[in-house]
Amino acid sequence: MSVPIIEVENVSKSFGGVIANRSVSLSVPRGGITGLIGPNGSGKTTLFNSIVGYHPIDSGSIRLEGREISKLRVQEIARLGLLRTFQATRIYGKMNCVQNMLISIPHRKAGFFDMFASERGEVVERAEHLLAFVGLYDKRFLRAGSLSFGQQKLLEFAMALMNEPTVLLLDEPTAGINPTLINGLIERLKRANTEFGITLFIIEHNMRVIMNMADVIYCLAHGELLTSGEPGAIQRDQRVIDAYLGAH
Amino acid sequence: MNSARLQPLTYWLLLLIGVAAPMLFPDYTNQIAVLWLMIVFALTWDILGGQMGYNSLGNIFFFGAGMYVSAVTQIGLYYDVGMYTSAARTTHIAFSYSQYFTGFALGTVTGGLVSAVLAIGVGSFVFGLRGPYFAIGTLGIAVAAAELVSSWEWVGAASGISLPVFPGGPETQKLFFYFLLFALSFILLLFLRWLYSTNFGLAINAIRDDEEKAEGMGLHTRGYKRTALVIAAFFLGLSGAIFGNMTGFIEPRDIAFPTTTFNIFMVLMVLLGGKGTLWGPVVGAVVFHVIKEVTWTYFLGWQYVTLGLLIVIIVVYFQQGIVGWVMEKYPERFGIQIAPKEPEEIPRTAGLATQPGGAE
Amino acid sequence: MQQIIGNITVLEAAPILNLGLLIDGLLIGAIFALAAYGLALVWGVMNVKNLAQGDFIMTGGYITWFLGNHGLHPLLGLPVACVVLWCIGWLLYRVVVSKVITRDLFTSLLATFGIAIVIQQGLNLAFGPDTQSAQADLPTWELAGGMITIPATRAIGFVFAALLAVAVIVFMKRSRMGQAIRATAQDARAARVLGIDTEKVYSFTFCLNAAICGAAGALVAVVWNVQPFMGTTYSIRLFVVVTAAGFGNLPGVIAAGFGMGVFEQFGGFILGAQYQQALIVMLLLIVLAVRQLQNLHLRQAVQ
Repeated sequence: MSVPIIEVENVSKSFGGVIANRSVSLSVPRGGITGLIGPNGSGKTTLFNSIVGYHPIDSGSIRLEGREISKLRVQEIARLGLLRTFQATRIYGKMNCVQNMLISIPHRKAGFFDMFASERGEVVERAEHLLAFVGLYDKRFLRAGSLSFGQQKLLEFAMALMNEPTVLLLDEPTAGINPTLINGLIERLKRANTEFGITLFIIEHNMRVIMNMADVIYCLAHGELLTSGEPGAIQRDQRVIDAYLGAH
Repeated sequence: MNSARLQPLTYWLLLLIGVAAPMLFPDYTNQIAVLWLMIVFALTWDILGGQMGYNSLGNIFFFGAGMYVSAVTQIGLYYDVGMYTSAARTTHIAFSYSQYFTGFALGTVTGGLVSAVLAIGVGSFVFGLRGPYFAIGTLGIAVAAAELVSSWEWVGAASGISLPVFPGGPETQKLFFYFLLFALSFILLLFLRWLYSTNFGLAINAIRDDEEKAEGMGLHTRGYKRTALVIAAFFLGLSGAIFGNMTGFIEPRDIAFPTTTFNIFMVLMVLLGGKGTLWGPVVGAVVFHVIKEVTWTYFLGWQYVTLGLLIVIIVVYFQQGIVGWVMEKYPERFGIQIAPKEPEEIPRTAGLATQPGGAE
Repeated sequence: MQQIIGNITVLEAAPILNLGLLIDGLLIGAIFALAAYGLALVWGVMNVKNLAQGDFIMTGGYITWFLGNHGLHPLLGLPVACVVLWCIGWLLYRVVVSKVITRDLFTSLLATFGIAIVIQQGLNLAFGPDTQSAQADLPTWELAGGMITIPATRAIGFVFAALLAVAVIVFMKRSRMGQAIRATAQDARAARVLGIDTEKVYSFTFCLNAAICGAAGALVAVVWNVQPFMGTTYSIRLFVVVTAAGFGNLPGVIAAGFGMGVFEQFGGFILGAQYQQALIVMLLLIVLAVRQLQNLHLRQAVQ
């Protein structure tokens, strides 16, 4: 594997005495798909939140492409090209899908007058292309809030792609999605990885999905890193099985 | 056919009405002038309240600030302000023709600009507040301004300032201010029509729908919020300067910072007309102004009770507003499309949003 | 400015005056604490920020004053004010508050603001804009050679406020309804699942708060005075108290109520009574600013 794009080193985070992450270290290799698994309450989402700047961490260091980001705020990290999607899908409900896409353009170098820009030809084309990519082209003028949950999830994914991130953190992308559509989603995630060159870091409960996609998987339990390795090795690891079954 | 094609016509019609109104109803020139002011109020409030989802209860602060800044500028150009305000009660101070108009033009522009600058400061304070705290915080700023100006002798304290007298006949004066207020509201309307069509419009709508998501996508939310407030403040400052000169006398509590009248009218007009639409505030302002003028005439003494009742009724029973109601009824006329309800989908209740049971 | 410094020197020269102001502040603060408790109750249970709180107080005050003019002793007027306010609260809940309780917070804020305007203007039309005070004909005690004066009314007001507060707190702890209210405040959905009629709880809470305001208003009319437009000042005061303490923090609300009373006495003495309103509003802005600093996301931008 090449140089890691995200390096997490000894990160700890507790909420009023409850330890959510204890000295977690992991690294996400550039260009690959990395999985993060673990039973409920094992601190996966907390770790995601720490990485994207949602809350301060107690100790440790987080680096994106070698740059320390553990003190930066959400917006600044997003502008560096590290984006996340939410477990409970979040889109702009009262705007239509195209508008949702148009406002998701990258804001890396946005100056004052870009606020009032409105030349949209190329951007609209890209938005429509990406909507077609996730299969929402026919619904592009529908109000986003009126879409079904699964469609909103796809829209959120398309919005993330519109932002041209270098890394995308996905929090349970298949949760709540109709099982018959999961294969399509897996295929799109893989294509985003190969065609757009976006590094993916995915929390997932559905073992079939994550084993099928990831190159490397990290497993958290009780806020600590339990083990890591290739999907096959993880699947056979007795400690992982124990963690999921509740034994400790 | 559809609304897009009707639009240019609507603006021409409005222009025509604006120009013709004082000739058709010369007795009501002042009332109609105030109507244009109300439209400015409603449109500026809607930038934050409707389009961006930040409900302010203190926008009147910028109106009063513009009014006082322009008054001080107009007087300060030719006299010492402190002496003017203390002497104004005893002697009549005259301004020449050119002094008046130079002062007025300069004062109005300064009023608008200073309000805009103040908005940057106010913004850095209030935008850290969310929800009801934002409303209370902005209200606090407006009330504090009224109190401070009331005890500031240099600007005449609670007894106010008499502004330079318009150097012309009463009819000319009426028409002069009428057309200024009309032009201001018309320009504001065109400006907002353009503004909402740019990325700025999308961005503030995104902040309204989900600010945390917008931050997560790297949007410069702080910059957008501050700019929105600055724009509102600039136009309110201009309107304050013009209105102050129109009435000829200003004082802090009832004219410059009237927190329970003009200030609350802004909110009501927008709610009545329809939040977050371009034309809603205009419709709301017209309807509200007519209702208000009628009740003020026929329920004299009871007008404020009526106002309170009106607030309650609008807020409780008719919050989507006139334009909002029409849009809900005929969404396709406004280019809004809503996904048809899919019967196989399991309905989700609001509280269960984190455990989605729905599918495609 | 000179006058302000002069006043501060007076306080330094005569320390006993400080004690007088402190006692006065505590006596009045008790009433603030009582009314603030009611505001915190509605805020916490129903998530409604009642901007008409101060106007409820004024209504209670006017009822007591009005009955006093017709021969009823103000302290007997207090229970009447409670009952009348309870009924007004019930009516307002049915017609207005119950309709906005599930909507966004700005809606309920605005609705109660509308109620506030109606009450203010109604009182103004009914009783005129003058300041009124209920006469209780009670003596004024003098301590420290006349340097400290304690009107008996203020002491009685303090005792009443304390008794009422204790009664309400015991009620909340012991009675079934009190327990239901607390359960609803914690998690309305869970309470509903467990068979608590939350609609009834909301209605009761709002009425209880109105009655508390009625009592506080009666005390205000006796120890101080009432005026139709003074309600807004009370609303802001109570808002400051509850925001500073946090609505879930009952001892904090009571302490902040007393603090408010003392702060105002000293502020009024040093700056002069005409700055009272400005002082309260400034305090509001300061409290909001401090809250903001506390809630600020701790992640800071490097450089």
